[in-house]
Amino acid sequence: MALPPYASPVEKLWFWIFRGSCGLVLLFLIAPVFVIIPLSFSSGSFLTYPLPGFSLRWYEEIFSDGPWMESLKNSLIVAPLATLLAMTFGTLAAVGLNRADFPGKGLILALLISPMVVPLVIVAVGMYFFFAQVGLLNSYTGLVLAHTVLGVPFVVITVNATLQGFDFNQMRAGASLGASPVRVFFTVVLPQIVPGMVSGGLFAFATSFDEVVVALFIASPTERTLPIQMFSGIRENISPAIAAMATILILLSTLLLITMEFLRRRSERLKAAP
Amino acid sequence: MSTNAVAARPEAPPEANLKKQLKRADRLRKFKAIGLVAPLALFLIVVFVLPIGSMLWRSVDNTELESVMPRTVAGLQQWDGSDLPEEATLAAFAAELRDSRRGGGLGKVGRRLNYEDNQYRGLLMRTLRGLPASSENWTQTLIEIDPAWGETTTWREIQRASPPVTDRYVLASLDLERGADGEIQRIDAQNRIYQSVFKRTMVIAGGVTLICLALGFPLAYLLATLPPKTSNLLMILVLLPFWTSLLVRTAAWIILLQSNGLINQSLIATGIIDTPLQLVFNRIGVFFAMVHILLPFMILPLYSVMKGISPSYQRAAVSLGAHPFAAFWQVYAPQTISGVAAGTILVFIMALGYYITPALVGGPADQMVSYYVAYYTNTTNNWGMAAALGSILLALTLLLYLVYHRLVNRKQLIRS
Repeated sequence: MALPPYASPVEKLWFWIFRGSCGLVLLFLIAPVFVIIPLSFSSGSFLTYPLPGFSLRWYEEIFSDGPWMESLKNSLIVAPLATLLAMTFGTLAAVGLNRADFPGKGLILALLISPMVVPLVIVAVGMYFFFAQVGLLNSYTGLVLAHTVLGVPFVVITVNATLQGFDFNQMRAGASLGASPVRVFFTVVLPQIVPGMVSGGLFAFATSFDEVVVALFIASPTERTLPIQMFSGIRENISPAIAAMATILILLSTLLLITMEFLRRRSERLKAAP
Repeated sequence: MSTNAVAARPEAPPEANLKKQLKRADRLRKFKAIGLVAPLALFLIVVFVLPIGSMLWRSVDNTELESVMPRTVAGLQQWDGSDLPEEATLAAFAAELRDSRRGGGLGKVGRRLNYEDNQYRGLLMRTLRGLPASSENWTQTLIEIDPAWGETTTWREIQRASPPVTDRYVLASLDLERGADGEIQRIDAQNRIYQSVFKRTMVIAGGVTLICLALGFPLAYLLATLPPKTSNLLMILVLLPFWTSLLVRTAAWIILLQSNGLINQSLIATGIIDTPLQLVFNRIGVFFAMVHILLPFMILPLYSVMKGISPSYQRAAVSLGAHPFAAFWQVYAPQTISGVAAGTILVFIMALGYYITPALVGGPADQMVSYYVAYYTNTTNNWGMAAALGSILLALTLLLYLVYHRLVNRKQLIRS
């Protein structure tokens, strides 16, 4: 959409106003992400510019034993487990949904997607009462189950999308060549749906790694996850330690973004190939 | 399997046999498919649907009195409300009040009756302290302890709090109540808060949605029309914040908007203002942070729709003599409607349920419905109100989601 050489001055003006405003929106989107990074290297204890000096003291603080490491450890226990469960259950369900038509399929799909739609506070309060009754309140198990619920819709959606172009006759071909259904699944189906599983899993992981509301209700200080630690830090005493942890999280999200982009390009390449 | 089926009935005509086999294979496939979906469906029903359902049930649940004082409640059910209840009912009340001290029953009843009138918890405590071990005439004894027990209004209020199901919480979350005669009426003007909370939630969610549309539409258009190499590069600027933790972004906005933050500093440096503006812990901060978090959810559906629109229509319109603006508004924009609708409803639905961001960057006057659900659950233990407010929020969200679902499905139909 370049400007044609014969554009009138008014058109030129509009063109640059349009580009300029788009630039401002992009700045609005990206500025907060970059503003916070330099502050993590501040030698002072306030989150203001100009920086009084360079130091790594805040990284020392978050990486020394204390609430930050404790909460990071908790998140690194909960998020991978929840992701694994969500990927397993979600993939099986998505394969089932695409395997055959059965009554109530639309309703079941709606059920599987619903954790994404229901406001988090309602999920949190509901699980709070339920876990209190069954003794899962303030436990890792409860937290993992809750985050599995929140992550499952992403896996179902992405694997479902990958399966749209999947030819189930391949399974028949495998069976006719003498492979057991399990072997067919692992050698024929799985390699083709892995990109969907991984991107759904990344979504589920990011969800668990960034989930505050439900965790606030159902976790005790022992299971305090990283987002809760961030939340109470922002609320009570916002220090450059938060900027340091934020910088690490931004690095992590960059990594996630690169992986997703890689997966997307790969699937596009595969689609383009005959 | 197929050889078995053939061997079992060699006499059947081959055609019918084949049909039967096909049917059986179909059925088997169906069962297998259901078997694959079932674990997740059951898991979600147990850990997600039933807990939320039973939580929502609390919005009409009213069994506090019945569970602690069953005989009193039964006695009051028979009572016609004209004179004081019978002596037997009062005796049952005295006995059950004494027993309620154990197992937290007293607190439960006191809390429930205090919703009717703030005096009850104190009245119950006072009465319990003065309660003799036995009495010939409980009516007389109770009135001696506190004259309130001699008034029919006291008993009528307890009677009103007795039925196992109530609509008081749902009515209360709409600023309504049942008057003494049982008619639904609005509550006193100075006590009305929830209508303004819902209005505020709508205003914030609606405002955020409109700002997102205004900012997202041009950017999506730019991204959809630039050459892929440039647009992929710019897309990173949209996707990086999208993947970044919500808390990181909220913290960043507090840092940017605080009174000695970068925005105030640069406004003062350029001489636009002399004293720092209050930009955070109020509505402005909420809008900044929420728009930033939700903007990618507007841009991505718009982008995917715009990507599918061929630029030749617009070019054709211009070549036929249309002004470029007319060509844009009359030819291009109408084709983006499905993306606009999808993005708008998506952002609005997500904004409706926001809790963390307003709690961190808003002031007390910027809290949305979710905040009150959390507040009633954690702080005051008024689960009826939490559930009633939650039910209304959920109903609203699901209704909008249904509309969204219809729109997106139609869009896919058109595409295929």
